This record gives sequence, structure tokens and C-alpha cells, in this order.
Amino acid sequence: MKTTIEEIEQQIAGEFENFEDWLEKYNYIIEMGKDLPLINEKFKTKQNLISGCQSSVWLHADYKDGLVFFSADSDAVITKGIVNMLIRVLSGQTPEDIISSQLTFIDEVGLKEHLSPTRSNGLVSMIKQMKFYALAFQTKYGA
Amino acid sequence: MIKVDFNIDKVRKDFPILSREIYKRPLVYFDNAATNQKPVQVLNRMDLYYENQNSNIHRGVHFLSQEATSAYEEARETIKTFINAHSRSEVVFTKGTTDAINLVAHSLGRKLLKAGDEILITFMEHHSNIVPWQMVCETTGAYLKVCNITEKGEIDIEDFKTKLSRKTRIVALNHVSNTLGTINPVKEIIKITHDAGALVLIDGAQAVAHLQVDVQDLDCDFYCFSGHKIYAPMGTGVLYGKEDILDKMPPYQGGGEMIAMVSFEKTTYNELPFKFEAGTPNVGGALGLEAAIKYVNGFGLATLAGYEDDLLKYGTEKLLQIEGLRIYGESALKTGVISFNLNKVHSYDAGTLIDKFGIAVRTGHLCTQPLVGFFGVPGFIRASFAMYNTKQEIDKLVEAVIKTREMLL
Repeated sequence: MKTTIEEIEQQIAGEFENFEDWLEKYNYIIEMGKDLPLINEKFKTKQNLISGCQSSVWLHADYKDGLVFFSADSDAVITKGIVNMLIRVLSGQTPEDIISSQLTFIDEVGLKEHLSPTRSNGLVSMIKQMKFYALAFQTKYGA
Repeated sequence: MIKVDFNIDKVRKDFPILSREIYKRPLVYFDNAATNQKPVQVLNRMDLYYENQNSNIHRGVHFLSQEATSAYEEARETIKTFINAHSRSEVVFTKGTTDAINLVAHSLGRKLLKAGDEILITFMEHHSNIVPWQMVCETTGAYLKVCNITEKGEIDIEDFKTKLSRKTRIVALNHVSNTLGTINPVKEIIKITHDAGALVLIDGAQAVAHLQVDVQDLDCDFYCFSGHKIYAPMGTGVLYGKEDILDKMPPYQGGGEMIAMVSFEKTTYNELPFKFEAGTPNVGGALGLEAAIKYVNGFGLATLAGYEDDLLKYGTEKLLQIEGLRIYGESALKTGVISFNLNKVHSYDAGTLIDKFGIAVRTGHLCTQPLVGFFGVPGFIRASFAMYNTKQEIDKLVEAVIKTREMLL
């Protein structure tokens, strides 16, 4: 059985549970942001760029065997850490599940501020774009 | 020189917001170039207006309307004296600097500017002194020219002289750069521009709280500033314009207040400054602005400038001790603005972590995207000081920046 979006969200929330303060929390996000590139360099194109006022995100999507696979990157390491988590949650899921996902874990781990529209770091647009890709694949392949 | 009566502890008590805690730490507010905090004297004045004097102005014969009108016009008089305008007719209330620049750009666009004319700005303008001119260029066929700056963040005067031509109709530039803190040699530029036969608009948003502005001495044609950057409420601002020039300019917006006679065949406009003040103005805000000016005058701008310059020097010295830290804006003449980056650290990451220390700094392009391109960075981290900041707060910032650097590198 494939792990569901909710299950992965719970896993991530669990990882954050033991952090005593913001320093530990952000150290963890930064570590995730410093992980290997989450996207093949050839997909870091202008077309895949989501520009925010503060930071930018590159997002690429593939469709295989009824599932959507995402890869992404950001120029800012904290944004990239959050991008990493979003990919863990949404990549390899079906278009329907991606479209209907609520992504409540972001609020649960106390990172909601990064998804405020005024923050303008590219993350809000990235989630919209991920769902848009899912919808496009669903329409195209009738998944 | 700092006057003896500038008691920082007493000053801080005038600003209620400074007692707030952010993430369980005392707030350190270093985003003053975006907007500064309001003293209780300003808040009380606005309360008094809404509790006791609220009434629409310039049109009622009843007692309250007369009282509110007098108070509003006295506020205009205070502003006139503050910037040393020649007459009250030259002081137009606006929503802020952006509104004032749009007023001038669009009004001139209707009458003075035509295809082939040139508007000259500088590379270090805030978007609000770029975009209105671009809009006017689109409608009139005029061209926007941009004067270069140097690596130190100063206007390249030689380039300015080259770009100023017989086709230049207006030069628009800031008195102080919001990103670099540079105090520009506006008096010299105004003189050169006038010799070439063009008008000059000065964006004074970042200057009025830190420098004594004398519009007659500067001889500028227009001077714009916002109330909220001089301890006054948001949504208030001023356009100063020379009377003979304002007189020739067509109104920008139509409505009540700005008319003399209205019929469906023809409307005649009110005299200055009311011609440019369509609709019910922000009376409470204007009175707050007056209170803010009186508050600042109580210390004297020279005293405040001296105190803030001390903070600038201290902050610059301390921050530069951090490895890999670069400051943008290295002019010898600056207000209390320090924009910087840490080598290899994205400004968004730094800003996010510095915030967690309860310190409010600005990050990003700071509404000056051309400067982001000029310095080839994704953005800046900016600390900007006001009269209520202290060296102890700067120490906290330095500590936070060091910790931030450790976490991110």
C-alpha cells in the first residue's frame, strides 16, 4: 500500500514534535534545505520559475503510471526546506489526492507564516502550481 | 551635537508600541524607513479630533465645521513653516509621497509633456518615483532616462549632466535613498537642472524625519513627503509646489472641494491649494501630522540627526566586524539606513531568522528592483533607525546576525 498524503503529513508533524524551540525547528528546515538539489539542472528554466518578491522557486512535474512526480528548487535555503517537505508529501501521489490535499501539516508544525500571501516567497504560487499540474494531468490522461 | 534634553528613556516612553514583546523578546524595531512608530502625542491629537471636533471642513457654517476647518488650515500653516514654503497655497495635502508624485506626473502629463520630451530619474529611485513617470511616458510619448550611480551608491553627476538635455522637461529624484541611505546633493542637481530649463521634483519621503528641509533654499519646484515616515499616521502626505507652477497645472482628480462653480456645461476650479484636494480630506490624519511635526520640532531635527548619525556610525562599525558582511550604500553622507548582505546567505533566510529574535528588519528588493539588479543580489537586509532606537538594540541585531550566519552557513 502506498503511503497517503495524510500519513506523510503526520510523519512530518511527528518529526517536529520534539523540537524545544524555534532554533531547533529552523535548524532542521535548513538541513532539509541544504539537501541535494531536488531538481535536475535542465529543468531550472525560466518557464519553470515561480518568482516571489523575496525568494524564487523552480518547479517541474512528470506523470508516470497514474502518479504525479514533482521536483523543485529554491534560491533561499529556508524556502527550499519547506519545498522539500511539500515534495515529500505530494510527489508520487495521484492527481485526485493532490488536488484535494489540505496540507494541514504546515500549520501544525508552525510554518503557516511562510504561506501568507504577503510573504511573497513563491511557496503559495508553488502549491497552486502543483495542484494545477495535477489537474492538467488528470484532464489529459483521464486519470 | 546632542542637546542635553534628549533623554532617550523618556523618548521611548512616548512610543507605546515599543513596550511590546515579539516571540517573548522585547521588540527591536529597525524598519523605520518603511514606516516609523507613532508617539502618544500624535495618537492623542487624533483621538481629540474624533472625540471632539469631527466634522466635514470647508463647507459648513456650523460651529464644529468651522472649528475643524480652522484646525486643518492651521496644520497646513505648521507644515508650511516646517518646510519653509513661501505660502500656504503651496502646501497640498495628499495621501502620501506616492500620491503626490502621481499628482504631479499626471497633471504635467496632461499639459506640459508631449512626444519626444524627456523625464530624467536616477538608478536609485523607489518604484513610486519610477512607475508614475513610465505611465505618463506611455500616454504622452515622452521618454524616461535614467542617471547612473556609482558602486558606493552615489549619483554619478557627470552622467547626470550628460543625460540632462534640452529635451528634459522634468528631473525626479529622491533626497535620501530608501535602500542606500545616501543623502543626494539635491541643491546642486536642482541648480544644474534649472540652468538647463527643466523642472525638479524631489521625493523627500526618507528625508523629512532626518534632515531639515528648506524648499526655498533648495529651490525645488516640487517636494513630496509622507506623514507616516515622520511619526505621523499613514494616509497623510504633502505635495509642495511653487505657486506659479501649481497655478498653471490642471487638476489631477475631480470632485467636491476642488471646484468653484459646477454646471453641466462647465466647471471652474477652486484656487490653490484646494484645486488639487478633491473630496473629503483626511482631517484627523492632517492633525496627527501637525502633532508629529511639533513633536519633532520639540527636539529639533539637528538633535535627532546627530543622535541617529551616532547610531549609524556605531551600527556600521559593529556590523562590518561580521565576516563576509557587505554594506550597500557607502556614501559619506547618509541617514540611519544600513542595507547589507551576508556572503552566500539569501536575504529571505536571514530576514526569517532575524525576525525570530524579535527584531524587525526589512528584506527583499525594498521597492528598488533596479538596485537589486545593479548590485547583483537577490535582495537586501535593511536596518533603518529612528530617534527611539539605541546602541543596545544594535548590539542585539549584531548578535542575531552572527547567530543567523552560523545557522545558515
